[in-house]
Amino acid sequence: MKTDRMNWFQWSSPQAFYPLAGKLIPWFACVSMVCLAAGLYMGFLVAPTDFQQGDSYRIIFVHVPAAWMSMFLYVVMAGWAAVGLGLKARPSFMMAQAIAPTGALFTFLALFTGAFWGKPTWGAWWVWDARLTSELILLFQYAGVMLLHASIDDLRRADRASAVLALVGVVNVPIIYFSVRWWNTLHQGASISVTAAPKMAATMLAAMGIMALGFWMYSAAVTLLRVRCIILERERHASWVQIERVS
Amino acid sequence: MMQGGLAGAVFGLIQRDLLLTWRRRADIATTLLFFVIVATLFPLGVGPEPAVLRTIAPGVLWIAALLSCFLSLGRLFATDYQDGTLEQMLLTPHPLAALVLGKIAAHWLVSGLPVVVLSPLIGLQFGLSGGAIAILTFSLLLGTPTLSLVGSIGAALTLGIRGGNLLSALLVLPLFIPVLIFGAGAVASSESGMGAEGHLSLLGACVVLAIPFAPWATAAALRIAVE
Repeated sequence: MKTDRMNWFQWSSPQAFYPLAGKLIPWFACVSMVCLAAGLYMGFLVAPTDFQQGDSYRIIFVHVPAAWMSMFLYVVMAGWAAVGLGLKARPSFMMAQAIAPTGALFTFLALFTGAFWGKPTWGAWWVWDARLTSELILLFQYAGVMLLHASIDDLRRADRASAVLALVGVVNVPIIYFSVRWWNTLHQGASISVTAAPKMAATMLAAMGIMALGFWMYSAAVTLLRVRCIILERERHASWVQIERVS
Repeated sequence: MMQGGLAGAVFGLIQRDLLLTWRRRADIATTLLFFVIVATLFPLGVGPEPAVLRTIAPGVLWIAALLSCFLSLGRLFATDYQDGTLEQMLLTPHPLAALVLGKIAAHWLVSGLPVVVLSPLIGLQFGLSGGAIAILTFSLLLGTPTLSLVGSIGAALTLGIRGGNLLSALLVLPLFIPVLIFGAGAVASSESGMGAEGHLSLLGACVVLAIPFAPWATAAALRIAVE
């Protein structure tokens, strides 16, 4: 008898996952574009000017969501790596491999926009502060995972070795997140907290949330796009790929 | 004789590694000489200003220790991998993580400990006070085991890969950063009158966390490398 519950494991074969990813990409891409357009409009034109920092604070609408995504994507990548190691599922490793470049991009974006905010506000492009340094380490870790994967010719070993490395690096994520609370540093503490009332105007908060959603959807779309390329590359000798190419 | 038991296997492995290293004493000498030379380059590059040297000394010694530990990590599994000993280790009934811990202990005894012993001498050359030298040596004693433990993960992941040693550096050096910060920070904070206890406690926490987790990750990486 057929049960109503969906069998999630049916997507664990690359052949089944490939068309599913293809169907999801346009949705994620559309939502992401709408959110990014709305978020940027609200952030740059609607949100009020900060009484201390003037207009230079507006970079946070890119900076903060990018920093969130950089940490979040690392955890997601490590999660897929763990699933891959635990269940020996190939698409999990492909997902982990596909997430890494996007995560590295957001880490770079967070550091880059942070530098542009730091120059007018702190008077320096870069300071050796705990949060900045640990975010830089995160960038090195993304690079390490990608380099290790690229250096090993045997794909099976490359997948599993970079998965172990990704899991080891997870220790850095809580260090980044709590660095401003553990150490008394130049980087300001979190402006948004689940437990306390927001310290910023509602429009600012909304703009930041919409930007974060936009970045999230962008990451999903780009990751799925990349995972489709990886599937085609790895399964190029499989018969269904040959059929796909002809049709 | 302890035979068959896990402790016997681990101590036997440590003994074997120490004996092997003793037969190739030049390797220890290379590591130590590297440590001394790297530390010596700094006064030549930065200039012999005593106040400057005293400020940079903890960081310089820590970086030199970190690099020299790293230099010897390439040998940790490489020879065992080449001559097939590693496969035999995987086939034993003992948990691989425990055997790996034995190998790491042997590595620390021949590469970490000599650096710790030599560091007061280099500290004197940099004009550090007696108290600062004591804290620096103690921080190295607490911190270098973590370097061997975490470094073994990188060594296992890059086993048998072309350019593996350099790649291993890129993978592991970012993970060494917390140890470097706490280790070098211990001396700086005791000099500024804040006391080194905080930093030393964090170093101790690092090693306590690394002892159960790092051999486990290394064992997983070794299994991936060998199969």
